[in-house]
Amino acid sequence: MGRQVKLRIWRGNKENGDFQNVNVEANEGEVVLDVIHRVQATQMPDLAVRWNCKAGKCGSCSMEINGKPRLACMTRMNTFEEDETITVTPLRAFPVIRDLVTDVSFNYKKALEIPAYSPPANLGPGEARMEQIDVERSQEFRKCIECFLCQDTCHVIRDHEENKKSFAGPRFFIRIAELDMHPLDTLRNRKRTAQEEHGLGMCNITKCCTEVCPEHIRITDNAIIPMKERVVDQKYDPIRWLGSKISKREGIS
Amino acid sequence: MTNTDIERYSYDVVVIGAGGAGLRAAVEAREAGFRVAIICKSLFGKAHTVMAEGGIAAAMGNVNSSDNWQVHFRDTMRGGKFINNWRMAELHAKESPERVWELEMWGALFDRTKEGKISQRNFGGHEYPRLAHVGDRTGLELIRTMQQHIVALQQKDAKEYGDAEINLKVFAEVTITDVLIENGAATGVYGYRRETGSEILFEAPAVILATGGIGKSFKVTSNSWEGTGDGHALALRAGGKLIDMEFVQFHPTGMIWPPSVRGILVTESVRGDGGILTNSEGKRFMFDYIPEIFKDKYADTAEEADRWYKDQANNRRPPELLPRDEVARAINSEVKAGRGSPHGGVYLDVSSRLPAEEIKRRLPSMWHQFKELADVDITEVPMEVGPTCHYVMGGVQVDPDTAAAVGVPGLFAAGEVAGGMHGSNRLGGNSLSDLLVFGRRAGFGAVAYLKDGSTKPKLSDAIVAKAHARLNAPFARTGGENPYTIHQELQQTTNDLVGIIRIKSELEAALVKLQEFRTRIKNVTVTGGREYNPGFHLAFDLENMLIVSECIARSGLAREESRGGHTREDFPKMDPKWRQINLVCAADGEGTSSTAKPATMMSKELAGLFDPDELAKYFTDEELASVKGGSN
Repeated sequence: MGRQVKLRIWRGNKENGDFQNVNVEANEGEVVLDVIHRVQATQMPDLAVRWNCKAGKCGSCSMEINGKPRLACMTRMNTFEEDETITVTPLRAFPVIRDLVTDVSFNYKKALEIPAYSPPANLGPGEARMEQIDVERSQEFRKCIECFLCQDTCHVIRDHEENKKSFAGPRFFIRIAELDMHPLDTLRNRKRTAQEEHGLGMCNITKCCTEVCPEHIRITDNAIIPMKERVVDQKYDPIRWLGSKISKREGIS
Repeated sequence: MTNTDIERYSYDVVVIGAGGAGLRAAVEAREAGFRVAIICKSLFGKAHTVMAEGGIAAAMGNVNSSDNWQVHFRDTMRGGKFINNWRMAELHAKESPERVWELEMWGALFDRTKEGKISQRNFGGHEYPRLAHVGDRTGLELIRTMQQHIVALQQKDAKEYGDAEINLKVFAEVTITDVLIENGAATGVYGYRRETGSEILFEAPAVILATGGIGKSFKVTSNSWEGTGDGHALALRAGGKLIDMEFVQFHPTGMIWPPSVRGILVTESVRGDGGILTNSEGKRFMFDYIPEIFKDKYADTAEEADRWYKDQANNRRPPELLPRDEVARAINSEVKAGRGSPHGGVYLDVSSRLPAEEIKRRLPSMWHQFKELADVDITEVPMEVGPTCHYVMGGVQVDPDTAAAVGVPGLFAAGEVAGGMHGSNRLGGNSLSDLLVFGRRAGFGAVAYLKDGSTKPKLSDAIVAKAHARLNAPFARTGGENPYTIHQELQQTTNDLVGIIRIKSELEAALVKLQEFRTRIKNVTVTGGREYNPGFHLAFDLENMLIVSECIARSGLAREESRGGHTREDFPKMDPKWRQINLVCAADGEGTSSTAKPATMMSKELAGLFDPDELAKYFTDEELASVKGGSN
């Protein structure tokens, strides 16, 4: 049956804010979002929290729980100690709107900067043929639910606001990788622009993004590192370098 | 009021809702050269479409070449028990393949067949493997592809005009509280920004509703908080009509334990891929529930059912794959008879049917969902499942070809908010295809309306003032109730009295209760400021849920038969006379009314696609005579 739990919730807006402590009931099987909703319904009707599906599929309820970027709907209450005070704060890398809700528009701006999928011009509807094994590489990255926890945890921007301008972040590195590995995409130079325009080089592969990904996408191993390796290959391989000067192409597919 | 406080915009087309239907409509109108605003309650890309798991139904014939639009049409009509708007079902069956291929051209990556084509899976009620899919996260693929296509169009505009949002802009976290009507026609929409609570006005001659469903009117539901029937209520208040509202789909398999996840969907693919339903006695009970009308299509022994997965040409389908209404009722009966699982459901077992690795490959998000939310490993033990409110077949009455709302020029509706397409019961997989087929049609319906040369009414200050006053009312009141309490009671009422099995006395009691809620909702008081205040948001959502619940109860009381997503304990049989009738709801003063209207009759050509013996199960003798060949 229900037990009392202690929550320490950050409340405020972009000007100021502070922690508020509440005691609230938690029932068997509940997740942090359930408990926050109970606080909302019984004690703080205007507590701001963003959520949607409550099933780990939409990536809306991203916040920091005991300092870790998590989905509140997928964080079970029974993972905490009985008498533990659970601290809930908004995502640190993005500006606060109110309470647990942050302004994540940075990510939507970055999405606009990644060139779209570019299919072959002569391919008619239903004519595409691709092997399962070839689509699976990109499919892994298309599992992304855009919770932006990887963006939040990435220390390139977490504590360095000034880097945001030139750094797209892990979410968009896997977007570039996904398009780069798409069997039919015709746009060349995706890896090179990742390096030159989207800040791939600033990533020093600490794998923090992979650790927080609720979809368990191997962001670092399967997207970032392979792209970095290819970029290095191209840049320092003299034959490729010469080829690229002659043909003005990336030289690898 | 001061008009200067209101953020004002002017567009050619405003789309409310950024799920599959809304985004497809927006693309259509934008590509025809019009300026489009997309408005959504959540962030861009979070719409409920994201939750769709199994797939998108389209008769491409990639896995079984016998499939074609006629077979898909037949399955859809059968699933809906022949009360579907036949023209919508026809358009849907014909156009779905093009919409799926179009998604692929925009970058979607579906699972493949050995030949490298888009793979298709089996699903309840579909004669052939028909659902294009991406594991069990097809909805995510659809929404992300549409979202990225919108971004692609914005990138083109950025290149050409130096402004990505000049012709196509997404207004995220905005709730619309009114469609503004002048001289009976749409002139724009009014609402508020969720972040700030500030008011926002869009002038537009064409308004497309793509707001999705109503699940949050019920206690146990697979729907997210967004499913509060906004579009249904907006249409009613604007002078539109809702049809078929008594038909509510309870998906047979929702999670039931732990309580906090009760209602969350367990995809039908579990059964499509071999999962079976058993009761507390270990019996595979669905063989006991094959209705007469489906006896020739479903296996009556476990041996035949199991052979079907390998050889579909020579065996009938397992009864676990009956249409959703049949399976939901069967589960309900088993639990009522005392053969339920410990937490009041039944068992859905795939662990004894497929190797663990295969389960994880085919059903990755189900494995994940049970592991993380219920601490259950579905590769080792069965799941506990039970019915959950999933989908409303009823919705805005529309013209099938253009998605234009009947009775309100300039208003359009597509996707779950529109009614008619699915009749009394929707087949799995037909929703995602519906979104794209009719989203596109709503887009070009709006474009045709903009080009038809008629004079469009201009928005008056008086109408804006009215919408402004309504929006501000909850803050002006004092001493009323907290909206959360009323919401919980409303959900309990619909669940108890207008749920999966209905009876006259309970439906009447529900209507009395709902009347009480109306009075209480009028006095709801909001505490706190306007900035991102969920209490304030719920106050408006509540009105929508109330009006929708009332339509369901009213039409449910009127329809004295059982058909699809409407089961009456006091009228347990399907009655061909009721097949000829659609119940149409309209706003009536503060409340609603429900009126019986004759349903349209299928054309002779389409009726000719069915075996006359099958039609005899649904049609009256006169109807049968009229659709048979020969004289007229």
